[in-house]
Amino acid sequence: MSTSALHLAQDPSFGSPQLARHEASGHGEGGPAPKRIVVGYGFWIFLLSDVIMFSAFFATYAVLFKSTAGGPSARELFDLHNTATETACLLASSFACGMASLAVGQRSQKWTQVALLVTGLLGFAFLVLEAREFSGFVARGAGPGRSAFLSSFFTLVGCHGVHVSAGLLWLGTMMAQFYAKGFRVDIRHRFLCFSLFWHALDIIWVAIFSLVYLVGTLPPELLP
Amino acid sequence: MSNEFEYDAGSYVGSDRVPGGPTEEGSGLRREVRGYLLGLALAVVLTIASFWAVETHAIYRPGAAVALLVLAVAQMGIHLVFFLHITTDPDNANNSLALAFGALIVCLVVFGSLWVMSHLNHNMVPLHQLMQMQS
Repeated sequence: MSTSALHLAQDPSFGSPQLARHEASGHGEGGPAPKRIVVGYGFWIFLLSDVIMFSAFFATYAVLFKSTAGGPSARELFDLHNTATETACLLASSFACGMASLAVGQRSQKWTQVALLVTGLLGFAFLVLEAREFSGFVARGAGPGRSAFLSSFFTLVGCHGVHVSAGLLWLGTMMAQFYAKGFRVDIRHRFLCFSLFWHALDIIWVAIFSLVYLVGTLPPELLP
Repeated sequence: MSNEFEYDAGSYVGSDRVPGGPTEEGSGLRREVRGYLLGLALAVVLTIASFWAVETHAIYRPGAAVALLVLAVAQMGIHLVFFLHITTDPDNANNSLALAFGALIVCLVVFGSLWVMSHLNHNMVPLHQLMQMQS
């Protein structure tokens, strides 16, 4: 039986590592690797490049942290209760996304939709909290134009917020596609990429809440 | 179910029916749910530890910023292992190597920028002195 015909038909390497290993061991023999591996790896490379972009924003923020130009400092602005709630929302959302991947693995339309809905609602709650925080800053005269510190803060955290918004659109698309087209192999590949994206956003948020919010609210004499 | 399969059955988004019958598949699912729950529990513990580290005097206060950095890196590791399933498995080598290279670039960008900018800052003539020199 030719592998390429099988691939087109139903991608037999799915969930069957023995078969996958037969085709490509990952040690330079066999191959080509199954489409799922290639798609996942390519998207992983994209995510790493996205992380590198964020690292430039982190570096900018760290350099400009003390350049408040007489405006409010991080310690005066940040409300850690809000940050804790945002963190809880995003972590729970990431977990729900993991549950959605297990539901997809079980081919359960109901649980897939439920888990994705929970993922999306928690992500939306995160965005609402962030928007409220941002508008509160702007209302206090601490908008992105106030100081170099605030410009870099809004760029860094806002860029993460834009990623989450884009992720929510993608999530809605995935729900609709699973509903309308079922667990087709190409849809599952898209969902694999989505779940990688969503988990990666949570990793970036870990860096933001720890290094921007928590370190930012330490007393100034404790900072390097 | 052979050991070889156990070793490979980490979370597959969209795995087909695995060979071995429904009962073993059920236990595989339970194991995967347990994996996610363990990851969630560890992430929650580390998050609480981070928020606690801001307030507490239990850790040496001037080390608080470093403690927060360490906790953040640990939590990112937990997310990578339990949610993204980046492991040290041989068939994960490409993913881990790409991650290692990404981490190298991130460290170069962040610490390199801080290092260069602090030196520039240190060597720069203060603004009011610069004005005096020009007048």
